[in-house]
Amino acid sequence: MQGHSTYVPKSSAAKWLEARLPIIGLMHSSFVSYPTPKNLNYFWTFGGILMVMLVVQIISGIVLAMHYTPHVDMAFQSVEHIMRDVNHGWLIRYLHMNGASMFFIAVYLHIFRGLYYGSYKAPREVLWILGVVILLLMMATAFMGYVLPWGQMSLWGAVVITNLFSAIPLVGETIVTWLWGGFAVDNPTLNRFFSLHYLLPFMIFGVVILHVWALHVVGQNNPTGVEVKNLKKDTVPFTPYATVKDAFAMVCFFVMFAYFVFFHPNYLGHADNYIMADALKTPAHIVPEWYFLPFYAILRSIPDKLGGVVMMGAAIVILAFLPWLDTSRIRSGSYRPTFRIFFWVFVFVCVLLGWVGSQDTARAVMKFGDQTVLTMVGLGQILTAYYFGHFLVILPLLGLFEKPGSLPASIAESVLGGGYGTPVGAAASPEHKG
Amino acid sequence: MASTHAEGTRRDFLYLATGTVGAVGVVSAIWPFISQLGPDASTRAAGAPIEVDLAQVPEGQSITLKWRGQPIFVRHRTAQEIADAKADDSKSLPDPEKDIDRTGKFNNTAQSKWIIVQGSCTHLGCVPVKNSGDYNGWYCPCHGSHYDNSGRIRKGPAPKNLVVPEFAFLTENSIRISGTRSAA
Repeated sequence: MQGHSTYVPKSSAAKWLEARLPIIGLMHSSFVSYPTPKNLNYFWTFGGILMVMLVVQIISGIVLAMHYTPHVDMAFQSVEHIMRDVNHGWLIRYLHMNGASMFFIAVYLHIFRGLYYGSYKAPREVLWILGVVILLLMMATAFMGYVLPWGQMSLWGAVVITNLFSAIPLVGETIVTWLWGGFAVDNPTLNRFFSLHYLLPFMIFGVVILHVWALHVVGQNNPTGVEVKNLKKDTVPFTPYATVKDAFAMVCFFVMFAYFVFFHPNYLGHADNYIMADALKTPAHIVPEWYFLPFYAILRSIPDKLGGVVMMGAAIVILAFLPWLDTSRIRSGSYRPTFRIFFWVFVFVCVLLGWVGSQDTARAVMKFGDQTVLTMVGLGQILTAYYFGHFLVILPLLGLFEKPGSLPASIAESVLGGGYGTPVGAAASPEHKG
Repeated sequence: MASTHAEGTRRDFLYLATGTVGAVGVVSAIWPFISQLGPDASTRAAGAPIEVDLAQVPEGQSITLKWRGQPIFVRHRTAQEIADAKADDSKSLPDPEKDIDRTGKFNNTAQSKWIIVQGSCTHLGCVPVKNSGDYNGWYCPCHGSHYDNSGRIRKGPAPKNLVVPEFAFLTENSIRISGTRSAA
């Protein structure tokens, strides 16, 4: 967005630096004077929350790496050493472990926010695609991190996921051998996963910078989906308005985070991962972490090995094509009555896929007398078809046939006038004390 | 000036030579970084062939060896199990293979009683559980693949039969396993 850099260095030291590297001006225009639409709701706080979560994971991870040993004979013991011997080691590990889950809770809310308010539509396609890249990097990082404690779930998760690559025709087996560095998932695999698990968060950090850069070029979307027309009327400066709102949301989010860390630190994990890895025995029921379950359900619902792998990958990659699959020119779901129904059905389908992913495939979902009408695999297939149908059939057609509601003329009108009334507190001006 | 030299100038030569040496250099520098991903010398040495004494496995029993980081199943089948496996040869199988082709190609009852397979499911590599599943062979707990007593896939998502490693009979009761195979 143009014309918002109001920074003028005052001290001579700041003037000296600004003439040589205008970094204070960059920070000021990015996080202080940056204009944010004045109607943003709390779903817009997850970007900031995610940035803080990334920093939490990097700091706790660097500390854990100081006490961890990436060797198959010692990895499991070194994690127990962190839990029992290292001062506050239990806390730092639980922060890192639950932090991964919190990171995914925040990222999924952030993504669904974008899906509902059409944040992927022009001119925000590159911003959105960078987000999909971050999601893929996050998944790779989380998967490799889960392998490091070298428990039963670590090992067998690694075996199953690396074996996915063997489905690739011709080069699959070679790729798997290169991933393993041997004939099976073993010490070389653990070593390289540790190295990559340390590297990837910094790559995420790099892509996050691009993501924020792209955001600041095109400006934030907002709940009406109407573009900013008048900087003065439609926006407020990032600081104090967005900073304070983000800070409040962050504190609430961290209260929930702390609840898991202190009261249910293992609730989101699997007890089997406290059994040391055994290459000769697969646990009776292996499931991935909760944040992978919907994709795992898609993988399992396709009866063909290569097909399952392709569909699982496609379930994520299809998001990158969303800006061109959704044909509606209206951004916000608030003004798309039919889309809104399909949106909530889609959310329900994603949650249900997650549940199916956690269940035994052969389990009966629906019975008619003694006859099983629908198994878990069958339900997974129906939901998988709907998942792809949402992107490939519903969204393209909806834009053509849906009759949208009438959009407000501007963000200012949606907040202050046009029959909405003046919201309580709209007259407050937090930049003036008292 | 350059245009008057139809055969190219010294500068053209410098461009080409620099580009060629640079490209060869980059490719040769990348190769070690890819090749280091493969199994190292110690891993390969630890994967040297092993000999297995079969006399320790009574009829109707099986043992699991750990070789090259993964399990190998050695099963001593009963006469009934062999008969079942052979009877199923003519059934419609997802990955058709005759029982006799999986027992070392020895057309000899004494040796066809042994079934030796790599104990990793051809779906996604979990270890199947012995004596279970719908076909009296192995059952994979991860995604529900059923194998018969010949290690052939009968039901479930696995695309291929359990893989028979490279092995040979040394005597009546001992074998030498020399290599693993991939399912593809």
